[in-house]
Amino acid sequence: MPDPILSLKKLDAFYGDFQALYGVDMEMAEGEVIAIIGANGAGKSTLLRSISGLMSNESDQVNFLGKGIGAHRADEIAALGLALVPEGRQLFPSLSVEENLLIGGRLNRKGPWDLQSVFDLFPVLKERRAYPSTALSGGQQQMVAIGRALMANPDLILFDEISLGLAPVIIKSIYDALPGIVGDGMSAIIVEQDISKALSVSDRVYCLMEGRVTLKGAADSISREAISHAYFGID
Amino acid sequence: MFAAGLSLIFGVMRLVNIAHGDFIVLSAYLGLTVVASTGMHPLLALIIVVPTMAAIGYFLQRGILNQTLGDDILPPLLVTFGLSVILQNLFLAGYSADPQKMDAGALETASVSVAGLSLGILPLLTFGIAIVVIASLQYMFFCTSLGRAFRAVSDNQDIAQLMGLNKRHMFGLAMGIALGVTAIAGILLGIRTSFDPTAGSARLIFGFEAVIIGGLGNLWGTLAGGIILGVAQTIGAKIDPGWQLLSGHIAFLIVLAIRPQGLFPRVSG
Ligand SMILES: Nc1ncnc2c1ncn2[C@@H]1O[C@H](COP(=O)(O)OP(=O)(O)OP(=O)(O)O)[C@@H](O)[C@H]1O
Ligand SMILES: [Mg+2]
Repeated sequence: MPDPILSLKKLDAFYGDFQALYGVDMEMAEGEVIAIIGANGAGKSTLLRSISGLMSNESDQVNFLGKGIGAHRADEIAALGLALVPEGRQLFPSLSVEENLLIGGRLNRKGPWDLQSVFDLFPVLKERRAYPSTALSGGQQQMVAIGRALMANPDLILFDEISLGLAPVIIKSIYDALPGIVGDGMSAIIVEQDISKALSVSDRVYCLMEGRVTLKGAADSISREAISHAYFGID
Repeated sequence: MFAAGLSLIFGVMRLVNIAHGDFIVLSAYLGLTVVASTGMHPLLALIIVVPTMAAIGYFLQRGILNQTLGDDILPPLLVTFGLSVILQNLFLAGYSADPQKMDAGALETASVSVAGLSLGILPLLTFGIAIVVIASLQYMFFCTSLGRAFRAVSDNQDIAQLMGLNKRHMFGLAMGIALGVTAIAGILLGIRTSFDPTAGSARLIFGFEAVIIGGLGNLWGTLAGGIILGVAQTIGAKIDPGWQLLSGHIAFLIVLAIRPQGLFPRVSG
């Protein structure tokens, strides 16, 4: 494997006294798309929060582009080229659709994504650009959240349950847009409850259960039985 | 205008600054010192005092106040309260307890006649500056990328960090701008009336009242709140000088009773 874009070494995470991650190891090659699956409360969001710097760790527990970033602040990590599409979208309510996108692009990193290309990807956002972000449907808000992260032209983008609470047809249109996003070399981690959706877009899968990695493997060769075993801990 | 600073700090950082009244007095004393040592006109002293106060605000926020911000609102309250006490004692030590005042020469008494009404230049100027300052703040907030960043941080600090915004820096900037605005208010105050080391506390109460009447976080509302209080005080003073302060408070209570959310509740800012 060439130099990994991201590697995690024995990553732990805590909420007060409660330990949410136990020694998670992970390696990711540049351009790879990794799916992370697991039941509710398995620690998937916690993992993404740790990587993106919203939860702080020891420096060498998270390594991004050859730098130990475990102890960096989230804004420093963002500037290095890592973006998160947070669970539940989390748009800025007092900003319009366009302003939400612009603030995603304020780091001014070079790359293919700008207001125009995001509007090309999700044309409906162009019509609604002046609306408050709260005046959009759930699916449209999710598009804004994805666009906002893309505007930073990240090298690695993390998606946390982008299909949560959306109608199947919207989910389909968002997943149809994914290859266009990760197609040109961007690496991605996709957290998803829907296993078949996750497998369909990813190269490799990690399964988390109660804060530990219980399974990993190539998306096209992993068996259903192995997944349900790793997912629920039952035989 | 003083209240606008207070409103700004609360709006962006959810920080209640007990020492804010003392910063207005600090600006007035700084103005006094500048005027005394250079002999320049008090209004010109703004050029020095505003950036000085802005810098004080930024470093105060980065150095001390950021440490206190968290889910709990008590620590910043205590720290700014302590700051207030410290500042008042410094004023006492540095400038004595005597009331002092800046001399702006003819400007203080000059007046113009509009439709038979005689209006003082100074109050007009104060009002004009207040409008310009609030209009610029409003513009900064809603039409610039800095303002966009302030609103994002105010909405959701964590997610704003993900956009590459360092919230500590943003808070520092907000405090710097707030104290810069306060400096303008402080100089104008020092020209209009005399002040002493404890003058800040009374201003703080009126500042809060103006902010609350206007609706939290709404700058134009804050200006309107300030005008309502000012008018109430003037009317009160006409009835009986002793009523001046009281009538301001009464106006505040009446507004609260009628519209507890403030006259102009926060719309989108
Ligand atoms: N802020 C918090 N404080 C305390 N415990 C938390 C907090 N957030 C999450 N947890 C706990 O950490 C564990 C992992 O949570 P996490 O949100 O990472 O799960 P998840 O895999 O993303 O679940 P979901 O599929 O429901 O989003 C859970 O047991 C949860 O209760
Ligand atoms: Mg989650």
